[in-house]
This record gives sequence, C-alpha cells and structure tokens, in this order.
Amino acid sequence: MSIIIDHLSYKYKDVVEEDNYALRDINLKIEDGEFVGLIGHTGSGKSTLMQHLNGLEKATEGTIYYNGKDIYDKDYDMRRLREKVGLVFQYPEYQLFETTIFKDISFGPKNLGLPQLEVDLRSYEAMRDVGLSEELIDVSPFTLSGGQKRRVAIAGVLAMKPEVLILDEPTAGLDPEGREEILHLVKNLHEERKCTIILVSHSMEDMADYVQRLIVMHEGRVVLDGNKRDVFAHEEELRMLGLAVPQVTSLMNQLKKRGYTITNDILTIEEAKEELLRIIGKSI
Amino acid sequence: MGLMIHAKDLVYEYIRRDKEENVVDIATAINKVNVDVEAGQFIVILGHNGSGKSTFAKHINGILTPSEGSLWVDGKKTNDMEKLWEIRQSAGMVFQNPDNQFVANLVEEDVGFGPENLGVEPAEIWDRVEESLSAVEMLPFRKKSPNRLSGGQKQRVAIAGIMAMRPKCIILDEPTAMLDPQGRKEVMYTIQKLNKVEGMTVVLITHYMDEVVYADKVFVMDHGSVVMEGTPREIFAQVDELKKYHLDVPQVTELAYELRKEGIPMPEAVLTIEEFMNAFENLKTKF
Repeated sequence: MSIIIDHLSYKYKDVVEEDNYALRDINLKIEDGEFVGLIGHTGSGKSTLMQHLNGLEKATEGTIYYNGKDIYDKDYDMRRLREKVGLVFQYPEYQLFETTIFKDISFGPKNLGLPQLEVDLRSYEAMRDVGLSEELIDVSPFTLSGGQKRRVAIAGVLAMKPEVLILDEPTAGLDPEGREEILHLVKNLHEERKCTIILVSHSMEDMADYVQRLIVMHEGRVVLDGNKRDVFAHEEELRMLGLAVPQVTSLMNQLKKRGYTITNDILTIEEAKEELLRIIGKSI
Repeated sequence: MGLMIHAKDLVYEYIRRDKEENVVDIATAINKVNVDVEAGQFIVILGHNGSGKSTFAKHINGILTPSEGSLWVDGKKTNDMEKLWEIRQSAGMVFQNPDNQFVANLVEEDVGFGPENLGVEPAEIWDRVEESLSAVEMLPFRKKSPNRLSGGQKQRVAIAGIMAMRPKCIILDEPTAMLDPQGRKEVMYTIQKLNKVEGMTVVLITHYMDEVVYADKVFVMDHGSVVMEGTPREIFAQVDELKKYHLDVPQVTELAYELRKEGIPMPEAVLTIEEFMNAFENLKTKF
C-alpha cells in the first residue's frame, strides 16, 4: 500500500507562455502510514501536487500509482480514489453549506450511495473523532467559531473513511490555541485511524513538532526530501528558497558557528534546553 | 505629537434579535477599554481569536461605533456621523485576506482608487500612486494584474492603496496570517518602513509573536478587555501570564525562560536570536 508518483509533470493550458509548468518531473514514494510534511513558498506547486493525488487535476506527463494501480488507466475507478484520498482544502470552513452540522458531515458519505444507517454511523464517528460534542448535531455550522467550523469540514472528509488524509494549511488564520488543537487532532487521526497524513504548512515550528518526513518544493520541483532533521539541517538552502527553519534551530546553528560544540540537530525548545544545559554543565 | 487614538471606557455589544426584533442575546465584545496611542507610535494588539481585538480595530476607522464610551481618532469622535469621512481619511485599514481587497484590473488603478474617491485631482492621484508603490517597493508591478501577484506582494499593494489616501494612521488586521514566511517578511519590512520612514502611526493586530518585537507598545486583549500593556520586553518577561491568555512567545524567549527556571542567570526577556546569543556568551563570565 503506497502512493508512487512517477515522473509527474503538469503544464498549464490556455496560456501564451510556452514552458509554463506547475509541476516538473516529480518522483516520490509515500508509504502507508507515513506522516509527511510539505513546504514551499506560495506558487511552488504544493497545492497543485496535492490536487493530483486525489484526481482533481490530471498530469500532462507521468503518472501516479495508488496501491499499485495506475490512476490514469481507462478503467480506474476515480470515484473510489477520491473516497480513499481525502483532501481538506485551505480555509475549508468557507465550503460549509448545509443547515446543520450533521447534514454537512453526512454529505460526502451520502453521495457515495451508502445505506442511511452507515451514513449516520460514519458521521457520528467523524464528529466524535474531531472532538465535536453530540449536542451540536442540529446546530447550524455558521454559528460556530473558526476553529470549530474547521473541525466540521475535516469531519466531512473523515466520514468518507479515507486512507490518506491531505490537509492544505489546516492551521492558517487560527490563533496559537486553535492551531495546537487542530494539529493534535491530526496527530490522533494518524495514530488511531492509522491514516497516512500529508500536511502542507508554512509553520516550520509545526513541522518540527509533528511530521516525520519533510518534502520541500520549489518552482514545481521537489528540491529536498528526507527525515525532518536532515532537511532542517539545510538552513542556508531553505532560506534561499524563501523558507526558514524553526527559530531554535537557527539559534543553535549560530551558536555552533561561534564555536560551541552542539552535537545534535535541534528542532524543539525542549531539545535546545537540554543541549544548552549540557554545555553549561561542562563549563562549570 | 499628540494622541492619534484615544479610547475611553469603550464598550461594544453585539445584539442578536429574533424575527420580531426582540433582543435574544447580548454579547459584550469590548468591555471598558482604555487605550491611548500617540502619533507616530507602532502599536501591536495581541489576543486569541474572539478576544475582541478585531472589533476594537474596526472602531478605529469607524466601521463600528461604540455602544458606550467614546473613541477619538486624530481628535475626531467616531460616533459623530458627519466626521466619518474625515476619520476614514485619517485611519486606513488593511485586512487579512489579500484577495478580497482588490477592485481594479491593474495594480496602479487599484492604488489610485482610494484617492480618486476622495476627489483628488488626476495629476495628483498619479503622483501619489507612484509614491506609494515606490514606498512598498512595488513600482515595477504597476501595470500588472493584482491577481498574478504573490500573497506578500498583494498585501503590499493593499498597503500602498491605503497610503495613497495619505492617512495619518494605518490599521492592519492580521495582514500576514495567510502568507508564507517570505511574504510575512516582506510585509513586516514594509510596515516598519511605513512607521520609521513615513512616520505613520501603525496599529498591527496579530497573533504572531515574532512580529511584536518591533512595537513601541503592546496591548494584550482577552474577553474584550485589555489585560496587559507595556513594551515588548515588559510583556515577554511574563511568559506564564501570556500562556494564560493562550498566547505564545518567540521560541528564543521561551528557551531563555526555561533556562532561568533551571537556575541559569539569563536575562528576563530575550526577544531575538542575537540577544539570546549575547546573553549566553555573557554567562561564561558568571561561571
């Protein structure tokens, strides 16, 4: 079970400019159960790539294999792909439209043509999994706070029982508490529902805290891919791409340049604290 | 230098009514807020979602008017309807979503839209367009469509559009919330330049703590009230207090704070990487 992206390119149609590619020769393999982060500045191709993974966009060259099957085969069931690869768009709360929260969450499974009982069951489960209380079933989604609306939107995707969950900047515009809540939720979905997670975010701190593997895109290409520690070790390159590393990582790199022996690649405050205490301990 | 913004016991209530116009619910979004901002200051208002910070911002250029108490902007009281146009001219506002703020097909037309509406002479409008676009370093894009710009560029054009109206004060409501790190950097640089070079009063609403470092003064709001007030250094010295209001501090600030808790004599409020490094080097002399 995996996603294999094989020499995938996507060229814009209807444009005057020749050679206008949004994606250029992407090759990636994402294994079942991975927690992957995807970074890149605006226009680097992240969202376009994600839209290919559940068949919303069709590549102009190359292909994608989902669980071993070529999704561009004539008899491939695209509907099933959209069910199995769930995509939560940016600002998904703008897409809520039903009169009650429960109806909004059931919209997806209902469209799959499932029996009513199954639709209800899945919707309940999804509501529970995103931490929305049962009392909210008949409430209009428009009376909720921004963070809660976003949970409703995520629940709507979960009710399709996806194997892969792609979230495009799920924390944009939320305050620190809301951000933490959504990321905890994503982490739980990874651990308990065993979903493969692909998280797109501009927050390097969030990436450092949550993902395992980090993929960096620039001008339609994958330029870095690996364990998050290895990727964040490339501070200079990331900076040149308009990206950054977590502030503590940058601090530790600069201390290293001033001659301190910092042994590990530091990504979190906790790690930095231990490392600095060790250095201070030595010099006493 | 006088007071640019003077809020006295400001209260704002959202009133929900049913179909028969009976009041069903009153929510106090702002509760007796007193805020003074001097001309030329760079002010940051912090607070989690729902703390009342955006509601307060909307009072500064008269989008909302107080339920109780008063607000003066550049000496004009905002609930005086006759002064509304003057107030909007004194205080311009930039919003979170760059895509919702464009009205024209070309960058230069968009920037000229504000002054045109104010009845400025055409020759003067073009002068202002050029000046504002240079100030935000977007002049080479004047003939481009706003839709083809990056998020950071869009926000800079939105800022230029406000500047072209020559307000004394600019209010920015989470202008970087939807931007990538590069875009955030561009916009923060532009805002600082506006304040330091053009001398404009800046009110920045944000929950990114690293943007607070540039401010002369910080107000923290919670449940509609101002709960903390001071320089960034004074505010960031109170890490526990900030966490109580669901706010973060920059990572280096938190790291220094954590080391202090372990008995390491780091200074109370470290704001930047540079400060942290210097403080850390100074430790050597203490051991």
